[in-house]
Amino acid sequence: MKPAGMSELVWAAVLVFVAAFLPWMVNGYWLSIGVTAMMYIALSTSWVMFSGPTHYISLATGAFFGVGGYLVGAGMSDYQQSFWLMAVIAPIVGAILAALIGFATLRLSGVYFVIFTLGLAEMIRNVVSWVQNNFLGSRGLYVLTDFRDQHIYWMLLAVAAVVYLLGWFISRSRIGFALRIIGGDETVARHVGINTATAKVILFTTTGFFAALVGAIIAPRWSYIEPNQVFSPQLSFLVVIMALLGGAGRLWGPLVGVIPFTILWEWVAIQFPNQSTLFLGLCFLLIVYALPHGMVGRIEELRARMRRGA
Amino acid sequence: MIRRSLMKIAAAGLVASSALVASAAAAQDVIKVGAIAPKTGPLAGGAVVTQWPNVQLWVEQVNARGGLDVGGKKMTIELIEYDDKTNPGEHIKLAQRLAEQDQVDFIVAPYGTGFNIASAPIYGRYGYPMIAVSAITDKMEELTERYPNLFFTLGTTTAFVDGVKEILVEQREAGAIGNEIAMVNVADAFGIELADRARELFTEAGFELVYDKSYPLGTPDLSPVMKGAKDSGAKAFVAWSYPPDSFGLAEQAIIEDLDVSVYYSAVATSFPAFSGAYGGKINNVLGAGGTNVDDPKVAEYRAAHLEVTGKVPDYWASANTYAALQILEQAIEGAGTLDRDVVTQYIKDNSFDTVMGDLSFENNVSHKFWSVGQWQDGVFRGVKGSNVDGAVPVRLKEGWAE
Repeated sequence: MKPAGMSELVWAAVLVFVAAFLPWMVNGYWLSIGVTAMMYIALSTSWVMFSGPTHYISLATGAFFGVGGYLVGAGMSDYQQSFWLMAVIAPIVGAILAALIGFATLRLSGVYFVIFTLGLAEMIRNVVSWVQNNFLGSRGLYVLTDFRDQHIYWMLLAVAAVVYLLGWFISRSRIGFALRIIGGDETVARHVGINTATAKVILFTTTGFFAALVGAIIAPRWSYIEPNQVFSPQLSFLVVIMALLGGAGRLWGPLVGVIPFTILWEWVAIQFPNQSTLFLGLCFLLIVYALPHGMVGRIEELRARMRRGA
Repeated sequence: MIRRSLMKIAAAGLVASSALVASAAAAQDVIKVGAIAPKTGPLAGGAVVTQWPNVQLWVEQVNARGGLDVGGKKMTIELIEYDDKTNPGEHIKLAQRLAEQDQVDFIVAPYGTGFNIASAPIYGRYGYPMIAVSAITDKMEELTERYPNLFFTLGTTTAFVDGVKEILVEQREAGAIGNEIAMVNVADAFGIELADRARELFTEAGFELVYDKSYPLGTPDLSPVMKGAKDSGAKAFVAWSYPPDSFGLAEQAIIEDLDVSVYYSAVATSFPAFSGAYGGKINNVLGAGGTNVDDPKVAEYRAAHLEVTGKVPDYWASANTYAALQILEQAIEGAGTLDRDVVTQYIKDNSFDTVMGDLSFENNVSHKFWSVGQWQDGVFRGVKGSNVDGAVPVRLKEGWAE
């Protein structure tokens, strides 16, 4: 277990190192696909950190992502703050919000939790619009910086690496062990003396923190923030699909899910611009039926078969 | 299936990279023009009325003429179009694609304020002249300074509110309305921005907002909003609304038989579908935009639009969108080259003969546009504008009967 875990870390470090050179290896178009992929890698990995072991399907990513993007827009546009300050504030607000929501809802389980998180992004979008409309007013939220795609790419890469490292530590810690027991059987977990609520809230807060941070980093790329677009429920679904395609059982699962999915998605968008939503639905069905444990499950199955053959 | 598509991607990559090497040498007889705008998602409804048909019309007309005369050589236009799904991330990626993979010579500016601003850094980097139409903001000065290739043609937020204010002041002087105004707005970016500006300007002009409410984007039931406006007793109703709710508000006004002399709703009031839905009931309704249908140039443009695309153009930004394409066309021919820096400079220095009349830019902004129009007997005519001819007098709203 231990040497295997270390080699996983070494591999991750090598990958991060190689990925950092992408901006010099490809043209702007592929780099912009790289930014999208890196955004989903960071979001999906942080999603897997909580939802993987606990089996709580959260559709709240869009809500925290939106809060991050929106705060950067509002702070820079309405209060003339620097991007860096807002990029620090945004994830903290995201984390506080996630903690509050966690305390209120993580006692729910199963489908009740899924439905609540689905409504959350919509609720926060409306609250934000209401506040802006009644108390702040606005001349449009502009995020004008000199960042280019490679800068955003490197920032996202750094976030993804930190998320991975944190996930690696957590899965080897007491709290990671607790989460796996919760995922197995929550009642048992409570009986053996695990404070299930605290464990879940801590992890949920972590995912909220990172989703808001990613939203904040992406904001300069969009330049103009509209609540309507930044709180997109589609984002929450895409994160879940990519994580499941990769396999939620392993921390590196999303990595093998996001990259093929992004490339495939790009191809569909260019070839069939009018049927891409249909395709998204089909992908969901296909993943659930054909890859119940994701690509990771398939890879490990293959590895086991090869070992038996040899 | 997956393997095949991956192979296609690999093949496409190979083709693209070899094209990179070859393109510089190849002699060209087509001009590649890229266009990205929504075909799906929330903004698609507006883009398929205002943006896409004009792109189609322009390309067909230019090619039917044998193409553009670029320094003595006739070149036809090849259009490359993509759907951004009303998603900024998607739009940025596709803009990169146009510049790097497709290597288009010129681009059509996107649809929507946010998309124009989001893509401006990319198009700026590659030097594409970007004549924005469907982009209304009060930040033009800062934006054009930052992106010297970006041009604006449809006016500022303040200009739109000013047009409405002028009408309200005139009607107050004429005794048709009092000091009370009922105002509502959609709680989304542009709606909030307009309402915020209107609150200042209306109050400055001595008006009292006796009813001032917002509603969330996508609200299906606007009847409480309209009931509240009716109960306020104001004789003037102003709505800073978007496409779905401009329709919903008119419907509720008809149901409630809203008793006002001035009725204004913002975006999409100028769409032919608005009159199509309510016919004579919306006679004398005011809205954002306007056009001068009596101008022979406009009449000719509208006839061609209907003939080529099978659609009636809207009575606002359609003509401006077409005018922006005419500017690009005349700048390419005038500069006699596909060199984008030369063409951009040509746009800054010259005046252009378009469907909107003679257009020129002052610090990258054109100050010739309609701000308020009114449905008068089945035609949406301009009543207020900046540097435009043919404004007709405002009529009072008299009931909602057919």
